[in-house]
Amino acid sequence: MAGVSLGCVYALVALGFVLIYKATETVNFAQGDLMMLGGFFALTASVIMGWPYWATILFAVAAMAAVGMLAERLILRPVLGQPAFTVVMITIGLGYVVRGIVTMVPGWGTETYQIPTPFVDDVWKLGGVILPVQQLMVIGMTAALCAALFLFFRFSTLGVAMQATSQNQLAAYYMGIPVRRVNMMIWGLSAGVAAFAGILLAPATFVHSNMGFIGLKAFPAAVVGGFGSVPGAIVGGLIIGVVEALAGYYLPEGFKDVAAYVVVLVVLLVWPSGIFGERGRKKV
Amino acid sequence: MRFIFKTDYAQDIRLVKHGGHLFSYGLLGALLLAAPWWASEYVMSQLHFILIYSIVGFGLMILTGFTGQVSLGHAAFLAVGAYTEALMQAAGVPFAISISCAAIFSAAAGIVIGLPALRLKGIYLAIATLAFGVIVEEIITRWHTLTGGNEGKHLKPVEILGWKLESDAEFYYLCLALTVLCCLACVNLLRSPTGRAFVAIRDSEVSASCMGVNLAKYKTMAFAISAALTGIGGALYAHKIAFISPEQFTLFQSIELITIVILGGIGFLHGAVLGAAFIIVLPQLISIAKGWLPDGAAPSGLQAVVFGLVLILFIIFEPLGLYGRWLKIRTYFELFPFYRKGMFRRQKSYMKSERLR
Repeated sequence: MAGVSLGCVYALVALGFVLIYKATETVNFAQGDLMMLGGFFALTASVIMGWPYWATILFAVAAMAAVGMLAERLILRPVLGQPAFTVVMITIGLGYVVRGIVTMVPGWGTETYQIPTPFVDDVWKLGGVILPVQQLMVIGMTAALCAALFLFFRFSTLGVAMQATSQNQLAAYYMGIPVRRVNMMIWGLSAGVAAFAGILLAPATFVHSNMGFIGLKAFPAAVVGGFGSVPGAIVGGLIIGVVEALAGYYLPEGFKDVAAYVVVLVVLLVWPSGIFGERGRKKV
Repeated sequence: MRFIFKTDYAQDIRLVKHGGHLFSYGLLGALLLAAPWWASEYVMSQLHFILIYSIVGFGLMILTGFTGQVSLGHAAFLAVGAYTEALMQAAGVPFAISISCAAIFSAAAGIVIGLPALRLKGIYLAIATLAFGVIVEEIITRWHTLTGGNEGKHLKPVEILGWKLESDAEFYYLCLALTVLCCLACVNLLRSPTGRAFVAIRDSEVSASCMGVNLAKYKTMAFAISAALTGIGGALYAHKIAFISPEQFTLFQSIELITIVILGGIGFLHGAVLGAAFIIVLPQLISIAKGWLPDGAAPSGLQAVVFGLVLILFIIFEPLGLYGRWLKIRTYFELFPFYRKGMFRRQKSYMKSERLR
């Protein structure tokens, strides 16, 4: 159960990776740090300003969406079309900047904080099985978000435009879709999802400036599922979460931390582009 | 502007292209040889680090800059080199043998990660090497009997044939000699058929294999050579700081190493040295800048912010790195009134897709 709920958070962060990768073919190494920043926005809203939980979520997601769009406009757009590795390095730089800024902002700093949630220690007893409400909520909210995203991509104009962009940028451009603006939207969306993940993770790990390292666990999740596949990200996140929980339980100490990476190496050996990855042939 | 009048085919592959080269590199060499006389103790210690990081930079440059393979796990090879050296020295093995073993074991580790790399491309390769780096770090932490876990390992100064290199200057000459050797090895490698094959793979795998380059062989070889150089760097690094523990070989170390290559200028051996110097000097500049900060802001995050900003700004405004900037300045003066802005512009492939490449 703990594994599944942690897996849901991995899945959400991985979802952020996948959204950006699908649309712009760049891998955002700063996703974990964006999640951390989202957590800190939530902290500001709920603890410092004393807003209710739902308003906190809205505020954090909106603020992060703005940050994501800003980052795309200022940093990513100038390197559009450069080799993928260049862009990876630039997002690593972005991650450093975000982490550094968070430790420098007065009131945030390097300490550890807790965000109050309306359902911390309740427990449901369901026929002898004890289910912590906290973890149920994480799972429920992840499912709700996935459903919302599915509906968004399926039925809204912007969602369809995003799908078109991710399938073929050039063709989308010819069809009159403003590709650059859609890319910016996708960065905003992905940062918003990251903020959501940060809020869901906050009760489990608290909010601190190194929270973003969990993003490094979400990579394996995205890769296991196959970059560029939204259901893959969810499945990959759940696999990593469950494997990690089981490894922590059954295997000696130390295996828990590397379990995710062992899984990803094995998966990459068998399916070089992930379980749900696209298998494209290379053309000259 | 200098025009070289070629009268011989061998001139194309000669190491020293013209007298100017000989003069400028000779001057640099003389300056470096004389360093113990002009440099203070502190500068000497920084020079050690620059030389060591240059060796690692060469290794990474061969892999990333010339073969076009990404590695986010190079700290693992550094660790293999450092721990091999530490353990062999503790066992009383002579330095010449132990540093060769450091290179060989790292190369073996490079082959291990190079083999799966044959099937992986781009970002998947980056993730696989990242995973490898994390796993190696964890193994070092947990394998207590061999590596001492988090308590780390201590190293004594280098001893060559009964001659102890205890002073800064002696260790400096050792680093300098090894750096020059590695550099010459790299230059020679790159003008050999092997090096040409690496560059061909970087530019296009498909056309390289059409021209008869054995992709599997050369990619594995690139990983092995790169890891071996990194291992040598790791052995020297272990001696320099005299105490190694798993915290020195994290993902952040890997990122710092790859930053050397990016900032220095990808695809130029000079870039590795310039990048190494930059990475070593940057924290000193930052600590000077800390004095200017307003009192309210905590200085702890400044290093990360500056590091990240430097990386971002370099990639946006100077993708060719420090060496690229130097080339531009030199070309400007060589062609004096005729320099044009776009001369070094990379062909920008808007919306180029990796999926269709």
